Amino acid sequence: MHLTIHNKAVYAYTGGKAFNPNLPTIILVHGAQNDHSVWALQSRYLAHHGFSVLAVDLPGHGRSAGPALSSVEKLAQWLLEFIEFCGVQQAYVAGHSMGSLIALEAASMAPERLQKLALLGTAFPMKVSDALLFSAQHDEQSAIDMVNIFSHSSMVHKPSSPGPGFSVMNGSMRLMQRISAINPEQVFFNDFTACNTYLNGEEAAKKVQCPTLFLLARQDMMTPVKASALLSNAISNKQIHVIDNCGHSMMSEQPDAVLDALFSFMKN
Amino acid sequence: MSGPKYPGFDTMSLHAGAAADPATGARATPIYFTSSFEFKDSDHAASLFNMERAGHVYSRITNPTNAVLEERMAALEGGVAGIAVASGQAALHLGLSTIAGAGSHIVASRALYGGSHNLLAYTMKRFGIETTFVDPRDLNAWRDAIRPNTKVFFGETLGNPGLDVFNIPAIADIAHENHLPLMLDSTFTTPYLLRPFEHGADLVYHSATKFLCGHGTAIGGVLVDGGTFDWQAAYEKTGRFAELCEPYEGFHGMVFAEESTVGAFALRARREGLRDFGACMSPHNAFAILQGIETLGLRMDKHVANARQVVEFLSTHAAVESIAFPELNSHPDYELAKILLPKGCGSVFSFNIKGDRAAGQRFVESLKIFSHLANVGDAKSLVIHPASTTHFRVPNEQLAASGIREGTIRLSVGLEDVDDLIEDLTRGLKMAQKGK
Repeated sequence: MHLTIHNKAVYAYTGGKAFNPNLPTIILVHGAQNDHSVWALQSRYLAHHGFSVLAVDLPGHGRSAGPALSSVEKLAQWLLEFIEFCGVQQAYVAGHSMGSLIALEAASMAPERLQKLALLGTAFPMKVSDALLFSAQHDEQSAIDMVNIFSHSSMVHKPSSPGPGFSVMNGSMRLMQRISAINPEQVFFNDFTACNTYLNGEEAAKKVQCPTLFLLARQDMMTPVKASALLSNAISNKQIHVIDNCGHSMMSEQPDAVLDALFSFMKN
Repeated sequence: MSGPKYPGFDTMSLHAGAAADPATGARATPIYFTSSFEFKDSDHAASLFNMERAGHVYSRITNPTNAVLEERMAALEGGVAGIAVASGQAALHLGLSTIAGAGSHIVASRALYGGSHNLLAYTMKRFGIETTFVDPRDLNAWRDAIRPNTKVFFGETLGNPGLDVFNIPAIADIAHENHLPLMLDSTFTTPYLLRPFEHGADLVYHSATKFLCGHGTAIGGVLVDGGTFDWQAAYEKTGRFAELCEPYEGFHGMVFAEESTVGAFALRARREGLRDFGACMSPHNAFAILQGIETLGLRMDKHVANARQVVEFLSTHAAVESIAFPELNSHPDYELAKILLPKGCGSVFSFNIKGDRAAGQRFVESLKIFSHLANVGDAKSLVIHPASTTHFRVPNEQLAASGIREGTIRLSVGLEDVDDLIEDLTRGLKMAQKGK
């Protein structure tokens, strides 16, 4: 679905069905140097099982015009404007990695706009190592390789994603390369800096009022399970679900486990 | 301290895409010899059909054994997805038909395997797809051949029969400047010797029958999507590739480029081409090819080492007029080969013996170790004399136009003890010259 918000092109994938604001609407927010396609399987399932889906491309990512926004707070504000523009009164919001911080901050800025919140592969603080920040700024391919290797728990993914025959790791690498190719800005460095400088996570978590799912991955080296404790301790109405045999790229490493946990939480 | 690394080639040859079987613990990849797969319930069935969940429905579309081969080849090539099909020809057809249809145009190297040339020059033409053949070394010819309806550039990493080294970086640049993808047949080089995506190619396929399988047993092909070409950007600039960027009625209005930013081509190739044309690979063949790939690196090193010694022997033999091998400085692509093929130029090449067709026949018929047949890339050494086999009806003047002479011999150097191969060739050359 193509929109124009503040004279800028915005794209959101709707999971193969036309967007209907009268249905319960799930907003899916991708992480750093990614786009909507990381949610491909989950989007399609949710869209065909009672939800409207908006898997958004953040500004400067994928098909949404830039520039990429420089802080989690700005991205959260943008997300709320996007939800408003789409005519959604109360949304179910799920974010992955950097997207989880954006979803969290949005939930604290406008608690009344969120029905439920799902934080996937989340951590606070979401510190990015100096080496990775340096690579993202000066040698983007090295940063892509580092993140790709750290984000996958295995070189064998069954039944693979988005389907048999796909190489999950190479797909992830090519997507990050494509984001760089589409947008000449240093999106990766921008995104990592946004994660690294976000300080409001714990305070934001205290303001969350809606039911919240922490969906974490046992072998996640980017945002280890324990790194979500500050957030999960601050939210009382929460569920914590940890997926085994899974790294940070959880939607593609374990697409069914992510979907089942997400759908069960959102539906019930 | 070095940073994190991807697994190396030999490790991926053994492990990529495969773990011990979760149902039985079997360490080797099982042959899932089944046409179809049971659904858990109706919702599961619907979600598989609608690409809401990944999984297997019917072995024409996907099969777990084939998926291991596909994922392994994607990993080895550096691509996003592989698709196993019935043969190399099926892979070429699937690659072209995914983005080309009636009214489309292809620019292809004229140094092609005869079967590929037939498909492009005659069969695809019958379905409304035209091809312009160009000298692969003439960069301007590639550029000049582009039409508004051109969909793809196509060539072979090592051309037939003269082993023209395809100038991937230069020709990919021309393709990309014109919003076109580059597809390559990489059969002769395998990902061990050359990874075309690293040099600019966008789609690669193999006749897996050859070096990948390596033992002359199974017929098969694998098409690999590099995930490098931005179909959406090309569509927005030129209107080409509506097949990937507009809703496809044949799959519930799916827009493949929305579904997968980097895997749109592979999605459509499987969801349309494999589904409808049906040229799928048997899982038994996938197993045989996987067995071959496990030792691909080891075998290619020996193939190359043997080929180099055979070439050295032939290059000084009085009965040999010329050899087309890019590692010889007499070859026009000698310098390019050093850049693109530093590990070697494979082990399939042609050479010309002195004499007429009869000399070529005598040579082939006197060999004892080289098998006289129409294949390449076997562990066993192979030989063919085109003028008395594949081109036996072709007059001499037309042979020359194909780069073939009466005395042209094609060898596929295998893994035998190289001294035995040289002794065999010595005998053949002696017999070839006897009738003079």
